[in-house]
Amino acid sequence: MSGMFMHNLGLGAISLRRNPLLTALMIMSIGFGVAASMVTFAVFRAVSGDPIPQKSSQLFVPLIDNRGPQFNRHGEPPSALTYTDAMALMRAHRADRQTLLYPVSLSVMPGDSSKMPFKATGYATYGDFFPMFEAPFLYGNPWGSVEDESREAIVVISRSLNQKLFAGQNSVGRRITMDDRQYRVVGVMDNWDPKPRFYDLFDGNEFADPAQIYIPFTYAIDQKIETYGNNNCGSDGKRGDDRDSWLHGECVWVSPWVELNSASKVAAYRQFLDSYANDQRRAGRFNWAPNNRLRNVREWLDFLHAVPPESRISLSLALGFLLICLVNTIGLLLAKFMRRAPEIGVRRALGASRADIYRQFLAEAGMVGLAGGVLGLLLTGLGIWGVGLVFEPQIARLAHLDLSLVALTLLVAIAATVLAAFYPTWRAAQVQPAWQLKSN
Amino acid sequence: MLKMTHLSKVYRTEVVETYALRDFNINVKEGEFVAVTGPSGSGKTTFLTIAGLLETFTGGEYHLDGVEVSNLNDNARSKIRNEKIGFIFQAFNLIPDLNVFDNVEVPLRYRGMKAAERKQRIMDALERVGLASRAKHYPAELSGGQQQRVAIARALAGSPRLLLADEPTGNLDTQMARGVMELLEEIHREGATIVMVTHDPELAARAQRNVHIIDGQVVDLAEDPRFHHAVHAARNNAPA
Repeated sequence: MSGMFMHNLGLGAISLRRNPLLTALMIMSIGFGVAASMVTFAVFRAVSGDPIPQKSSQLFVPLIDNRGPQFNRHGEPPSALTYTDAMALMRAHRADRQTLLYPVSLSVMPGDSSKMPFKATGYATYGDFFPMFEAPFLYGNPWGSVEDESREAIVVISRSLNQKLFAGQNSVGRRITMDDRQYRVVGVMDNWDPKPRFYDLFDGNEFADPAQIYIPFTYAIDQKIETYGNNNCGSDGKRGDDRDSWLHGECVWVSPWVELNSASKVAAYRQFLDSYANDQRRAGRFNWAPNNRLRNVREWLDFLHAVPPESRISLSLALGFLLICLVNTIGLLLAKFMRRAPEIGVRRALGASRADIYRQFLAEAGMVGLAGGVLGLLLTGLGIWGVGLVFEPQIARLAHLDLSLVALTLLVAIAATVLAAFYPTWRAAQVQPAWQLKSN
Repeated sequence: MLKMTHLSKVYRTEVVETYALRDFNINVKEGEFVAVTGPSGSGKTTFLTIAGLLETFTGGEYHLDGVEVSNLNDNARSKIRNEKIGFIFQAFNLIPDLNVFDNVEVPLRYRGMKAAERKQRIMDALERVGLASRAKHYPAELSGGQQQRVAIARALAGSPRLLLADEPTGNLDTQMARGVMELLEEIHREGATIVMVTHDPELAARAQRNVHIIDGQVVDLAEDPRFHHAVHAARNNAPA
């Protein structure tokens, strides 16, 4: 069987050499179609994949409607929490793990006084953040609940910041000055940059540069470190006259996350949210029925449309282009195969079944597909290099040509060409040998 | 070996039915050399393509080597063609992109034969037609007579029970035609059953038996006096 397959490949090679122009047209048609699809797919894959597949169904964003039907949008509660509600959830501690976070941007003073200070962005969060999101550590460890409660001036820094400040050495225990405060380094994270950055969609950071610093939420609040992200005070716009009234007011700016490891815990947490909202209602803060949400990672990404619409549109267009290329290939293959009707007639007379003809011509189509795939790979490489012309730079840089995309490009090219070859091959197999031989 | 009984072949269009063969009867015994003759358009080639399972028939029965073939599927018909029938065409029908060796190999490939056996059979067949030294040549590099010899080698390589030849010398000059005809006679003497379609009375005279077709039916040769006399004359002039 494999001998006949190799023989068919050999026949295919002979046939392709016989009509170099037609062959080149087919290869180009497949190559361009596949490349367009793969470039846009690379972007789409980068922005639409599950950023934490092993846990995305256990991590949830709890949201509480503090606006009511008069001010909320389309009946949905705001996409973040007030400080009051966020702290209430933390105190209740009803989840397996829980954290709050908000973006911060601090000025880092390099140890070498000859160097200029620079901005480092990151998050004020709780120690559960790291195990919840499975952030990898190069040196040291995350801080724990003790440090959260004692409101220590500690920091976990990124690998790149550690490289910049400490030349990549183990910096655990060293100190960093940021915004005139001294922080003790407790951990250095390894490279970690889930895309989209699912845990901070509220601030529009889904495709932002990797975070460099993580400091305790409690310490950041104590030190009155302002959010570097969004602050939504609703359509009534009551922000408050001072920091304290803002902090305890109805502006939402804290992103909450909880980890719930079973369906029963999810149900219980929903009940807890409703119970909390009812308590607020009884206390006179809310005058509406509980309107809470508890979405897991994928539901959260879908709800906030984290995948840029242009990536979907361009993928659809590219697939349409591939379809046109395939239709073109069908026509070219049909012309090529039917030109060989006399040969098909002879082969049938000498004992080839229709299945034999199918195998021979599909093998030839597979070779066209492979050659188209190789051309498609080159063009995909070029396309990914130039993807910034179509997409925003922060999205364009996510697209890259890796081994899986190489394999997929070749697979799509071969599969699409073989698929396109079915009709021409079917026509070839229907050639009536008697008519061909009589007409000779 | 080959028996057709009341066989008919009708080509139908929306407006007309054309009988290519009508109430056609023939019985070729194993080892016979039969010439099927008749004027152009009489149905000779249609008979040959049906005999070679290249075309289906409309009515009647056809037994090939004892097997009724009308209900066989494509695979079974292809297998019979490959294993029991050898074809020799007027236009040689070699595949131009393949060299002589590869052309002769085509039917053996479809039989799933091992490479060593294929090679042995190909070289034996080419030796027999005197073209072993041309195995690596392409059809375009050979004369018409040589091409027809390659086609005969291709037909013989699979050791078929039945050789079907359609005007095998029709595209050859007299000298080449004589050579091909002598080769066919030699193959017949070695035991092959040959059915040869021709309109050449000289070739027909060299067969053991003549079957004459007019308007899709087998008729007595005497019904075509000119052809009848030409065949007789050719037989009388043939060397003893």
